[in-house]
Amino acid sequence: MIKALKARWFQKYRTMKYPLAPPPPVPDRFHGMPLVQSDRCRKDCDACIQACPVQALERIPGSPLILTDLGRCIFCGACEAACPSGAIFRDKDYRLSTDKRDDLIVSQERQLPLACGMSGELHRLLGRSLKLRQVSAGGCNACEADVNVLGTLAWDLGRFGIQFVASPRHADGMLVTGPVTRNMASALKDTYDAIPAPKIVIVTGACAISGGLFRGQPECNDGLHGIPVDLYIPGCPPHPLTILDGLLRLIRRLPPDADPSTTTAAKR
Amino acid sequence: MSNEMLMTRNVCAVPRDRIPKHDMASFQRIAGRALNAGLRVVSWFGNATGADGGAELTMVLADDADSQLGILSTRPEGATFPSMTPAHSQLHLFEREIAEQFGLTPAGHPWLKPVRYPDGSVPAGTGDFYRVEGDDIHEVAVGPVHAGIIEPGHFRFQCHGEEVFHLEIALGYQHRGIEAALGGDGNPRAVHLAETIAGDTSIGHATAYCQTREALSGQEPPFRAQAIRAMLLELERLANHVGDLGALSGDVAFLPTASFNGRIRGDFLNMTALFCGNRFGRAAVRPGGVLCDLEYARSRKLLAALEQGFNDVQNAVELLFDTPSVLARFEHTGTVPAAVAAALGAVGPAARASGQRQDIRCNHPSGLFRFAQIPMMTCETGDVFARAYVRWLEIQHSVRFIKEAAADLPDGPLMSAPGALKPNHLAVAMVEGWRGQITHVALTDAAGKVCRHKITDPSFHNWPLLAYALRNQQISDFPLCNKSFNLSYCGHDL
Repeated sequence: MIKALKARWFQKYRTMKYPLAPPPPVPDRFHGMPLVQSDRCRKDCDACIQACPVQALERIPGSPLILTDLGRCIFCGACEAACPSGAIFRDKDYRLSTDKRDDLIVSQERQLPLACGMSGELHRLLGRSLKLRQVSAGGCNACEADVNVLGTLAWDLGRFGIQFVASPRHADGMLVTGPVTRNMASALKDTYDAIPAPKIVIVTGACAISGGLFRGQPECNDGLHGIPVDLYIPGCPPHPLTILDGLLRLIRRLPPDADPSTTTAAKR
Repeated sequence: MSNEMLMTRNVCAVPRDRIPKHDMASFQRIAGRALNAGLRVVSWFGNATGADGGAELTMVLADDADSQLGILSTRPEGATFPSMTPAHSQLHLFEREIAEQFGLTPAGHPWLKPVRYPDGSVPAGTGDFYRVEGDDIHEVAVGPVHAGIIEPGHFRFQCHGEEVFHLEIALGYQHRGIEAALGGDGNPRAVHLAETIAGDTSIGHATAYCQTREALSGQEPPFRAQAIRAMLLELERLANHVGDLGALSGDVAFLPTASFNGRIRGDFLNMTALFCGNRFGRAAVRPGGVLCDLEYARSRKLLAALEQGFNDVQNAVELLFDTPSVLARFEHTGTVPAAVAAALGAVGPAARASGQRQDIRCNHPSGLFRFAQIPMMTCETGDVFARAYVRWLEIQHSVRFIKEAAADLPDGPLMSAPGALKPNHLAVAMVEGWRGQITHVALTDAAGKVCRHKITDPSFHNWPLLAYALRNQQISDFPLCNKSFNLSYCGHDL
């Protein structure tokens, strides 16, 4: 017992102050979202579009603007490496979650509208106590690992009333990872059906949003379809801060000053 | 030996026409003799040949004592071949995989059923399960969706009261078709897919994938890149071993180390992110080298974080192993005897915990491990304690290895892009990931395009060990035994 107390003293109090204080800094090489500064593009150059392994970049027909679909993007930086004119700006903002799928499509002129979260009766019911069932449907275990991290004492997700539970019957919603493999489709649907209404659905990672790297694979279903989704958290995998920010936006627990409704990146 | 099998080494390309092709009877005689002599099956797979829809079967055997690999092949006549599983248990899943992928039936296989249910014609998890009949016997079915934040898989226990007589594990739910996507050259997603074979082993699998391409093009990456790859591989091992020790602690309800290690694991993931920007090492390893450098200032930061992380984990783990109630739960739980580990073809820390002297970094070194040795850590007892303690010993050596590698980091470029791949060649690359031996085998066709890329995750070798470990255990010890292996579902399912 005395040894356990001594170790506890040695290991210190480590739960982060965020969201009341600034979050821990992201690494200097953080894989942020790529935005194409189209005014710097060479004429008729589409090197980034060609280099993207998941077709996340697309030019608006008849316009110089290139759109980034963060629901497809795996944040690998292939576009940045391929660009001959330094027109790709990797934003370091960890805040990426949205309410709607279309909101994830951004460009130089279209900012990322961050999630506003639950409202009305749903927020009254679940805003202070949100129990989630996690279903991995073909996930590579990276999204799962960084969701799991939020349960550790550094992040302490429980202090926000959010908890991952062992049965769909105990859950208010589910958090889905993976491209929804054919072999998991029915188990995923069963889980969803077993959750009592009202229920919310969170999709985490490029796979669950769009199929990610597995989009078009016959063994997968290109992500979650046919079920209404309340929160999209992009990334491959998203940083734990990105996931936590999304969850806190969903339950509207971020203090107002930490919650500008859009990122500033696109204004640069 | 030379006319029986082609002897080569890890991360080498060999011309396919030099691989001896035997009729099935001589193939089985040669392979059986090699296995009886103590060689291990690293991979055994089919590849479709020609328009007739037939398949050629290639076996790669490892001779750990001599750091050599033996390769031989055969071509079954007709749709069946005699199963070797009854004599050599380590071939069990390989034969089921060949049956599933190529429609070849291993006649006499003791438990022939699907591995991954790949085509959707049969729902995953269906089929016969081994059943124990009798008074008071009951069956417990768990999964595919599990109680925690875990990947899906189905476990079927045959129990007598609390005691487990038999456990059968049915996987395939995570099958994403990665092997097929990596075969066929020019898939721009290939290296990214390699990173997601098992997301917690991104560095290990990406390195093995890249090594096959480098061997096939005959171009070795620059030394600086090889050193950085080795450091990233050890960081990956550190994060996962630390996390596993914490989870094992949690599974015996010893919360201090469970809490501490959960956090410290994150610190090690952040060290990987300091290197390459991503906590799992994404976009770090690429064919021909690495994308991220370790400059002097970054190296100082890394070493400081490593020192701090190690001090924290030492404090937490010494507490764990100093607690009698923990040891009482770890010792004699989930025991896999040495002979069983060898027969089932165990790899990685689980094999070393059962006294198997095999570690790719020592037996078949590639990259920096050819020049900077890392000692092999083994235990004899084969129980949960041994699997935990081997991890702790490996943590200590990995920390030391990274420090030394950082001090001796060679100068030079990070990348020398591989050129065209040699036509009609085969390359084997094995990497000691944190779970054990990762094997990638790539075959090129006459045009120099990759026509088959075979992946064998360490979990493919080790899932049967977990089933064995549960025999005559309390079912309540399943989480503890499971975590002591911590196998990958997606790495198995591909």
